[in-house]
Amino acid sequence: MKLLTAAAALLASTSLASAGEIWVTNEKDDTVSVISTETLEVIQTYDTGERPRGILFSKDFSRVYICASDSNAVQVMDPNTGKILNELPSGDDPEQFVLHPNDRHLYIANEDDAITTVVDTETRKVIAQIDVGVEPEGMAVSPDGKIAITTSETTNMAHWIDTETQKLFANTLVDSRPRHAEFVKEGSEMWVSSEIGGTVTVFDRETQAEKGKISFEVQGVHPDRVQPVGFEFSAGDTHAFVALGPSNHVAVVNAETYEVEEYILVGRRVWHMDFNEDRSMLFTTNGVSGDVTVIDVASRKAIKTIKVGRFPWGAAYRPTPG
Amino acid sequence: MRLYWTSLWAILAREALRFVQQRERFVAALVRPLIWLLVFAAGFRAALGLSISPPYQTYITYETYIVPGLCGMILLFNGMQSSLSLVYDREMGSMKLLLTAPLPRGWVLFCKLLGSTAISVLQVYAFLGVAALFDITSPGWGYVTVLPALIVCGLMLGALGLLLSSFVRRLENFSGVMNFVIFPMFFLSSALYPLWKMAESSRLLHDICAVNPFTQAVELIRFALYVEVNWAALGWSVLALAVFMAAALVGYDPARGRQR
Repeated sequence: MKLLTAAAALLASTSLASAGEIWVTNEKDDTVSVISTETLEVIQTYDTGERPRGILFSKDFSRVYICASDSNAVQVMDPNTGKILNELPSGDDPEQFVLHPNDRHLYIANEDDAITTVVDTETRKVIAQIDVGVEPEGMAVSPDGKIAITTSETTNMAHWIDTETQKLFANTLVDSRPRHAEFVKEGSEMWVSSEIGGTVTVFDRETQAEKGKISFEVQGVHPDRVQPVGFEFSAGDTHAFVALGPSNHVAVVNAETYEVEEYILVGRRVWHMDFNEDRSMLFTTNGVSGDVTVIDVASRKAIKTIKVGRFPWGAAYRPTPG
Repeated sequence: MRLYWTSLWAILAREALRFVQQRERFVAALVRPLIWLLVFAAGFRAALGLSISPPYQTYITYETYIVPGLCGMILLFNGMQSSLSLVYDREMGSMKLLLTAPLPRGWVLFCKLLGSTAISVLQVYAFLGVAALFDITSPGWGYVTVLPALIVCGLMLGALGLLLSSFVRRLENFSGVMNFVIFPMFFLSSALYPLWKMAESSRLLHDICAVNPFTQAVELIRFALYVEVNWAALGWSVLALAVFMAAALVGYDPARGRQR
């Protein structure tokens, strides 16, 4: 009887937690695919501007922001209807962006212009443009909103921006071609992945000093093909899941010891990812094979791969409305 | 009726006893697929192109791919082994005792088949257990649903062994069986490479593989390991079982067959 109630509770909790959607941008198809986290199937496809890449939701999930890189705009979409509500001025070729905790300011990396553009989503005006290194790409904002990070792919630096003055206050060198940045552990650490360098560098927020560096080695894969790009943290920031590009694997990194614990086989050229609500499932975008692999976080096994559009790039989660 | 059960028990017990006493045989039967799994598959890792085909829902490593084929290999080798033991029995004379029992010959042969299949299935589970130790696993329920598939395939390949044993007159000829039955059956199947990969190099080879009953057996096991039924493979396997069994009965029929 005890077992039965436990099983029932487990069932109830999984069905509750898994009601949601993963939104995936398809770079070559100019669409977004919406995947149900319950059925693990594509339930909707919406058209977007040209070459959609970065994607994220507003805090209340009422709007979805999409970097339409070749349309040179950030599009604002109503996620319930798929209608484009308006476009935000973003500067040229927006690739990745991040929403400030104030739910209002978007920090956008303009790959072709070597600047970071700050846009007010309410007034739809550019409030600042900050000169950074060449080919900015990765973007992050600390949870308290005080610091924004831009990584520049060619200059190989992480640029630390004071969000009050919108000015750089520090630049730190990282390995070749930094692609993605995230603040973790309540903002006390900042992680940057380097695609060509094949590493992830961990910085201390206060001192901007390097705290650790993680390298990867996938058995049977040439080191050149091990290219860390996107990464996300499990519940409690205990582990990082790092997409390793054309090595077709996701690494599981212990966030305390900075050691790689496991490699999980996914589709071809894995770049970005997002979790479902309770972080029990991870969805990775596999660009070349054109699909999304679902990883069961507890067992660290790929459980399913879902066909989406051509060259899926970014992924973002929202709970099912209603 | 009681006689039937007694004979069934007697034959099963004899098989079990033989199995327990030949511990080397058990180890050998386990080592063979493990070498394929841990050595061959490691070297061939990159050979299998990335593609998802049912019953797999995501990308898999080559090790995962060949597990059902190696289960089939155990069943195949065991089927042949029991065929070998029948030839041995014939040479030693113990077969005469068996076949002169006051029971239909078909029943006696079926009991023998059941006995060797039971042992094969045990060996497959031992192999799956070791594979799981190396983190090559299937969904939990798959280990249950694979049981009927293993029994059907074990009976089918065992029946093939019976049929062959009715032809092979001497123990020495068994190496011929190796060359002309086991190897072609194993390599011309989906055990080591998916059929679509085969089709890329030769359509003819693909078609030969597709009609090979061993391919059907492997596919039946592959789907069953993932809690799915491959009805086509099941149909072909059962049909092959019926044909082999019927042919073996004819082969062992004193009036018609070669066995007198």
